[in-house]
Amino acid sequence: MTVSPSAGHGNAERSAARDQAPHRRSRPVPVMRWLRRVAMFLGPWLMVLAFWYAIRYSGFFEPGLIPTPGQVAARFWDMLSRGELLIDMYMSTQRVFVGVALGTACAVPVGFLLGWYKGLRSFMDPLINFFRALPPIALIPLVIVYFGIGETAKVVILFYAAFFASVIVMYEGISQISPLYIRVAQTLGASDFEIFYRVIIPLAVPHALTALRVALGVAWATLVASELVAAQEGLGAVIQDASAYFQLDTIYMGIICIGFIALAMDLALRRLTRRLLSWQERND
Amino acid sequence: MTSSDTRIVFDGVSKTFDTDNGPLTVVDDVSFSVGDGDFISLVGPSGCGKTTMLNMVAGFMQPSAGTVTLDGEPIRGPGAERGMMFQDYGVFPWLSVEDNIAFGLKLKANRVSAAERRRTVDHFMELMGLAEFRKAYPKTLSGGMRQRLALARAYAVNPQFLLMDEPFGALDAQTRTAMQDLLLNVMGEVRKTVMLITHSVEEALYLSSRMLVISARPSRIRRVIEVPFPFPRTEALRDAPEFAELRSEVRDMVMREYAAQEDQARSATAARTQQA
Ligand SMILES: Nc1ncnc2c1ncn2[C@@H]1O[C@H](COP(=O)(O)OP(=O)(O)OP(=O)(O)O)[C@@H](O)[C@H]1O
Ligand SMILES: [Mg+2]
Repeated sequence: MTVSPSAGHGNAERSAARDQAPHRRSRPVPVMRWLRRVAMFLGPWLMVLAFWYAIRYSGFFEPGLIPTPGQVAARFWDMLSRGELLIDMYMSTQRVFVGVALGTACAVPVGFLLGWYKGLRSFMDPLINFFRALPPIALIPLVIVYFGIGETAKVVILFYAAFFASVIVMYEGISQISPLYIRVAQTLGASDFEIFYRVIIPLAVPHALTALRVALGVAWATLVASELVAAQEGLGAVIQDASAYFQLDTIYMGIICIGFIALAMDLALRRLTRRLLSWQERND
Repeated sequence: MTSSDTRIVFDGVSKTFDTDNGPLTVVDDVSFSVGDGDFISLVGPSGCGKTTMLNMVAGFMQPSAGTVTLDGEPIRGPGAERGMMFQDYGVFPWLSVEDNIAFGLKLKANRVSAAERRRTVDHFMELMGLAEFRKAYPKTLSGGMRQRLALARAYAVNPQFLLMDEPFGALDAQTRTAMQDLLLNVMGEVRKTVMLITHSVEEALYLSSRMLVISARPSRIRRVIEVPFPFPRTEALRDAPEFAELRSEVRDMVMREYAAQEDQARSATAARTQQA
């Protein structure tokens, strides 16, 4: 067969492309559309709330074991107004941020090399998968032995999690870069260095951003574990302290805070990605 | 053609690949030469080794035996004097239309001043009918537009050779004829030495000065057809009786080669099923 992968685009899209590109639609959004958008946005959260109330009043569990959303919200407000919650959020966000920044900063070049050099990849692959499989919690005792119980130890754990998650994303992506574009650049006279920064870097950016996004998710998921290391402040510490005193509403609140901050960061990163990679074909 | 303006020479070229089923000879003892300003078409069945031959001219592959030379020197790697249009476009998706065309002009090998670059880009955008899509990314372009963009990008660095691998294969019939006429037009402006792979006899005869009919795998040259129609050519040629006559004659010959390739594929399958 000689049909190229993009052959399907030709006929169907031709007239559409001629009419639209490169302009964007900018029609004012009618009220109904706007309402639907709000419903789409709130819908999933309302579902969760409904489910929560249903469990609470179903009688499956002792009512005292499940705080209502109202109690949790009150708890949130209480801690927020006393200012301590902001400090906890700040500390946790900062740790995640540093861990992810360092983790991806190392993972991007390492992943790049592994993706580019096939020999190196098959050599390192078992090691990477070995370390990736280790749960960060299991490493805590060792981390304490070597890094103490200060801020460094917590960041090391987040770094570990972020690095191994993102290095895989990066090298899988890089190893799938099509040689076609490199060949095209060569026939236009590009030197190896020009191929690197004019072709390979632009093609690597999407994978680096995906790697960053995965690292961010994994780091938030590892936060509580990292704050098992004698943390005074942080959302993970809040949850642990509350569990010592059996304050279920505080535990719920801490978990929800982690979820929302992670969600907000992910949304911001997705926005940025879409801005930077507006050239990509995607179906959304 | 005198020997002094011979540019590319295939001399006893063979190419064998190592595959899972043992060595596969794709090109077998092929010799021919391409003179300055020639427009050579290669026509032959799918999988017979046409792209492989073009890849050796581009410098992506080395022959297993024999030599491919450019101006007497064996070809060792790709170079800006040999522009290539690939079977699947190869426009850079992360660059806008104008930046795609400008890509080659920003490279050290063919660097020009910013003003001249802009002039060249504008010229080719105009010529290829892409001017209103200057800022558009390739994802919003149709197949025909991508193809024109690839042609503009290859032309912008003013290569001496143009190696085209089924450039219009993925286009519908109308767009395809339009692209052929566009190519003739552009060639009228700046003549290049061209090697074109195609499955279309009509396309080969319409565009080229010489047509090579390639056999089923392994590639051998079955026939060399000197296309007698003078340049510049116009659309009227398509309807000329002598064009129709040559076309049907050549088509029969090509059909036989395509049938041979199919037989070959069928007997290979039969042999495999018998083994099992
Ligand atoms: N790198 C490679 N390794 C092994 N086999 C290869 C390689 N490149 C090409 N081949 C084989 O060589 C044969 C010829 O391939 P080639 O791409 O040159 O065909 P083609 O004449 O261009 O066909 P088409 O008209 O379908 O594009 C095919 O059977 C293909 O599988
Ligand atoms: Mg081919």
